[in-house]
Amino acid sequence: MDESRPIFVQIAEQIKNDILAGRMAEESQVPSTNEFAAFYRINPATALKGVGRLVEEGILYKKRGIGMFVAPGARQRLITQRREQFQAEYLRPLLAEASKLGISSQQLAEMIAKEGVR
Amino acid sequence: MTGTPVIQVDGLTKRFGQVTAVNNVTLSVTENKIYGLLGRNGAGKTTLMQLLTGQEFATSGSIRVWGEHPVENAHVLSRVSFIKESQKYPDDFKVKHVFRSAPWFFAGWDADFAARLIEDFRVPLDRRVKKLSRGQLSAIGVIAGLASRAPITFFDEPYLGLDAVARQTFYDRLLADYAEYPRTVILSTHLIDEVSALLEHVLVIDEGRILIDEDAETLRGSATTIVGARAAVDGFVADRDVLHRSGLGGLSTVTVTGLSESDRAAAAAAGLELAPVSLQQLVVDRTSGIPTELEQSA
Repeated sequence: MDESRPIFVQIAEQIKNDILAGRMAEESQVPSTNEFAAFYRINPATALKGVGRLVEEGILYKKRGIGMFVAPGARQRLITQRREQFQAEYLRPLLAEASKLGISSQQLAEMIAKEGVR
Repeated sequence: MTGTPVIQVDGLTKRFGQVTAVNNVTLSVTENKIYGLLGRNGAGKTTLMQLLTGQEFATSGSIRVWGEHPVENAHVLSRVSFIKESQKYPDDFKVKHVFRSAPWFFAGWDADFAARLIEDFRVPLDRRVKKLSRGQLSAIGVIAGLASRAPITFFDEPYLGLDAVARQTFYDRLLADYAEYPRTVILSTHLIDEVSALLEHVLVIDEGRILIDEDAETLRGSATTIVGARAAVDGFVADRDVLHRSGLGGLSTVTVTGLSESDRAAAAAAGLELAPVSLQQLVVDRTSGIPTELEQSA
């Protein structure tokens, strides 16, 4: 865990990444908060807060007495969400760095083409 | 989130002659949370815990544990476990005697759990306590603190001399057992980076006063270090709560609290770099007393 950001945010991100990458399938059960707490060595209340945030976002849902499950359609919703964040989190820092280094937008376009978007 | 308070302290002060070890402390401890009591040597951590467990008399102020006065109150103290850095044992005691006598003091003692911990920490049962190494002595304290399963458990610097493996074992067993048997834990420590993820609430004490009384997650990421050209940094932090300040040539590094999203955007637009501050660094900045000196000389 990165010590400089709220851990519950990081737990929520980790679960989202697992869903995006297909490591946690929709309708599959996710580990309990105590299992998360033991695995990441964090306070169980913090793990609960991370999982709770995903329930609020509709990414996970609770089956009473059984546990937490990945919601149907969660992966597609996460992809949409991440695409919206892409500009702020990747594109703008990239452009700021390019401008610091005097890379023109045409040079940048060439570099991207050379790397090749899969 | 609020819960049931198990400890309530109001205007608590303890003086030893000219020294004020605990100075007008008011705080409340909520049931079944893990607290970190952080601070420098001599900040008042141990004195505060001694007061809360009825081992010292307050000079002034009030302490209520489950609504009762803790001093000489068996009803309260039988449900409180206090693991001290310098626990004393009878001279002829062997390790096994410590664990054999523990159930007399702790109503919730779990002998099976204690036996598993004794194996985990590789404590030699037949050795005399006074022949133990510092680390083994600490291990006995840790085992007693965990296996007592007291509804309120204090650990005062419990890991002195414990190696990294044993400390990790302590953190893992504490978390696992706490998850199964929730209870209030107050852990005083210098090793902030090591334990910070275990904590739900943080108390920082300095010169006998409580400087920080805050949810651990709220604190994480609450401070930011700003790096950039001196003039730009100084302009940006002008009206802010500065925790730490240093510089190198025309470059300035300043740590501040409470940046909003729009503050961050403004700083980035001004060409300033932002870096988050860990809990340990935050505590160091708040208790080192350096920022004020530097601000005066700046």
